[in-house]
Amino acid sequence: MAEAVFVGLPKRFVSLSIDGREVEVLEGSTILDACRRLEVDTPTLCQLDNLTPVNVCRVCVVEVEGARVLVPACSRRVEAGMKVRTDSERVRHSRRLVLELLGSSVDMSLCSAQVRGWMERYGAVPERFGVGAATVAQPVKVDNELYVRDYSRCILCYKCVEACGVDAQNTFAIGVAGRGFDAHISTEFDTPLPDSACVYCGNCIGVCPTGALMFKSEHDMRGAGTWDEGRQSVTETVCPYCGVGCMLELHVQDNSIVKVTSPLDHSVTSGHLCVKGRFGFEFVQRRKG
Amino acid sequence: MDIRTTGGPATDVEMAAVDGLLGDPEPVDHRVAYGGRAVRSLRHLLLPVLHAIQDRTGWVSRGALEYACRRLSIPPAEAYGVVSFYARFAHEPRDAKVVHVCDDIVCSLAGANAVEGAIRVPCLGLCDRAPASLVERFGADYQAVQMPETPPHVVAGVQLLRRVGVVDPESIESYRAHGGFAGLQRAREIGREAVIAMVSEAKLLGRGGAAFPTGRKWESVAKAQAQPHYLVCNADESEPGTFKDRVLMENDPFAVVEAMAIAAFATGCERGYIYVRDEYPLARRRIGKAISQSRELLGVELEVRRGAGAYICGEETALFNSIEGKRGEPRNKPPFPVEVGLFGKPTLVNNVETLLNVLDIVNGDFGDTRIFCVSGRVSRPGVYEVPMGTPLRSLLEIAGAGDIQAVLLGGAAGSFLTADQIDVALSFEGTRAIGATLGSGAVIVFDETADMKEVLLRIARFFRDESCGQCVPCRVGTKRQEEILERMFTERDGDRSADVMLLSDIAQAMRDASICGLGQTAANAIASGLTQLKVLNG
Ligand SMILES: Cc1cc2nc3c(=O)[nH]c(=O)nc-3n(C[C@H](O)[C@H](O)[C@H](O)COP(=O)(O)O)c2cc1C
Ligand code: SF4
Ligand code: SF4
Ligand code: SF4
Ligand code: FES
Ligand code: FES
Repeated sequence: MAEAVFVGLPKRFVSLSIDGREVEVLEGSTILDACRRLEVDTPTLCQLDNLTPVNVCRVCVVEVEGARVLVPACSRRVEAGMKVRTDSERVRHSRRLVLELLGSSVDMSLCSAQVRGWMERYGAVPERFGVGAATVAQPVKVDNELYVRDYSRCILCYKCVEACGVDAQNTFAIGVAGRGFDAHISTEFDTPLPDSACVYCGNCIGVCPTGALMFKSEHDMRGAGTWDEGRQSVTETVCPYCGVGCMLELHVQDNSIVKVTSPLDHSVTSGHLCVKGRFGFEFVQRRKG
Repeated sequence: MDIRTTGGPATDVEMAAVDGLLGDPEPVDHRVAYGGRAVRSLRHLLLPVLHAIQDRTGWVSRGALEYACRRLSIPPAEAYGVVSFYARFAHEPRDAKVVHVCDDIVCSLAGANAVEGAIRVPCLGLCDRAPASLVERFGADYQAVQMPETPPHVVAGVQLLRRVGVVDPESIESYRAHGGFAGLQRAREIGREAVIAMVSEAKLLGRGGAAFPTGRKWESVAKAQAQPHYLVCNADESEPGTFKDRVLMENDPFAVVEAMAIAAFATGCERGYIYVRDEYPLARRRIGKAISQSRELLGVELEVRRGAGAYICGEETALFNSIEGKRGEPRNKPPFPVEVGLFGKPTLVNNVETLLNVLDIVNGDFGDTRIFCVSGRVSRPGVYEVPMGTPLRSLLEIAGAGDIQAVLLGGAAGSFLTADQIDVALSFEGTRAIGATLGSGAVIVFDETADMKEVLLRIARFFRDESCGQCVPCRVGTKRQEEILERMFTERDGDRSADVMLLSDIAQAMRDASICGLGQTAANAIASGLTQLKVLNG
């Protein structure tokens, strides 16, 4: 007879209060999960459902009764009886400052409308630090045909490093180098991508929230002023290269594929692809000439 | 994982430095896979390997780093992240002799050394002999010397400091002759629970800065289910103005080692590490010798680990990452070290001075004292051990302070007191009552001639340099704090209330939303300086 296997105790529900409203979530959930359950919109920059929380951006902080400092909603696990405030003066202050500090040092103009919405909600005015405020501005790195890295737009959310590492790709071509305000994403000794371990899966592009990592096609079209999301359509298909069955979203403008993504919540890909699915689309648009 | 290296081969000397630590590589057989779990488990040797390379050659070249990566199965991009994190690793070739000159608060007051081509570094923990420097000679017989070499410091104390200058720090017989190892023996006689009970009853509070009850910590580690348990003695001592742990380690190293053995025994630790900042070569050597001379007595495997120039690695979770061979980035808490610490296991972290107290507790002669490091404008700078609750005024008198403009209590993470506040009692409660903290025990004295603007700017620069860069409030906040302060002190006129407001906005966010104590305290001294000192009226 087969031996019994211990699979752990069944999970229980934990109840806590968020802004005075009671909510029940499974134990092991984060405060962010609980907020989402109550549809309390919580800003996040370094959190993504398919990556391990690094809790570094601190824009998601909330006030937990009894705690000396604010806690990151994205990674703090719920505890029974926790009393959480997501809109106190302290919370609003820190969220505003995080957005202002980032906005004053990084080019956030390609961030999503959602991020701009948070800026507005918390009254963030990045300009108030004055014109002399140091930024991370630097030349765009264009060193290969597939994607470009514009670290002037990098908020150092660690997502690309996680995607390139154990959370998805296991290639470890990039890491965080330097420290303090000089900390930055880098290959070893800042070597160009073609000389690095990069395999061009593009999974880092897929998770980057700021446009710092971008398909070269998109970068070139933006440079030429022809990039126009209004004129783009998205076609869903399955990657033809192998038997895994990754779902692709082909972004098409003027009858040309300009970028390829995969949905983060897709059961096969979790948003991650390989170089073939991500960049191997040229043959489709090879026209007889 | 596929390790791709393109930096060219390492030199024979570099390879020998790495192999000297790791042993000779196995002969290459391309039919057999190399790496896997066995090799990856050596990751924690990355910092020791980098030190071995740099000691030999003066820097860490790309070829050498990649050779180390192949031997330890570490992706080069990640190893580069580690090398570039620590201030003491160079990735450019250097001369065989390098001089590091301290330009921090106390040494600047003393007119910091001007040495051509020297590297300017934060506090070297030699403030009692300011101006201080550290001289390194690279090569097969690597040497690091703390300057000035002759210690003119005052060591005053009858409890924790009583063996300093009395025992021979390199001789176990001398230590035994002064009652050494009686505490460890007694601990074994009375048993774990009794030892922990004694520590709890003594109400000992941690001396590393956070003043956490030591007994409670020991109890949690002793009870923790997961195995093994680890012990870490925090000897990173990098808070500007602090040098007491150095004095203890240099002069009474066997006591530190014995105290670690007692802690390991009481909390069931299989292995212990003492993490000594790289700027303390003498302390490191003496502790190492003490461990090897007393190995059979200890009942636990102890190992010295060498920091690499990062104040943040004094933060306990950053310290774990550093021992594990990673960037010294603090971890989010909870989980706390007593549950998930070094290598993910329950870990006891204590400061050097905290552990020394345990020795006296077990021997039944605990005197609740505290060691203060007095430096700056005093005629007798040094370490002074006084009973908890001693008024700051008496301490300043015995150290020979004259007219006082201000005192920085607790180092860069502490706060400024003015002349009319020096009657404060030096206890956790006494300082808390006036919004200050004892912190690391640093007491820096400024007389009327000190330029306090310079001091505030130096503190702002310190935090900007030492922030690990992980979280936004601290990474950008410390940068903005420095910029705004510079602007306030250089622009002649104009309304400064807007800048004061900005600083206080940043301070609140750093305090509330930073991951660790560095960001949470990075505005303290500056905020107290701006309100307490006359820096804005001229
Ligand atoms: C930025 C920072 C630096 C620190 N540096 C040190 C240090 O050099 N030595 C030390 O013992 N504790 C230091 N600490 C405190 C440690 O995190 C920890 O609380 C302490 O080692 C615990 O030991 P204790 O309970 O014996 O005080 C530092 C904390 C922070 C936030
Ligand atoms: S493209 Fe893939 S391999 Fe290259 S850096 Fe990005 S995640 Fe890593
Ligand atoms: S490049 Fe993008 S994903 Fe990577 S850290 Fe910067 S902002 Fe985040
Ligand atoms: S507070 Fe500063 S030092 Fe601490 S984790 Fe954040 S960035 Fe690093
Ligand atoms: S989203 Fe929580 S810290 Fe970044
Ligand atoms: S050694 Fe220079 S300030 Fe401490």
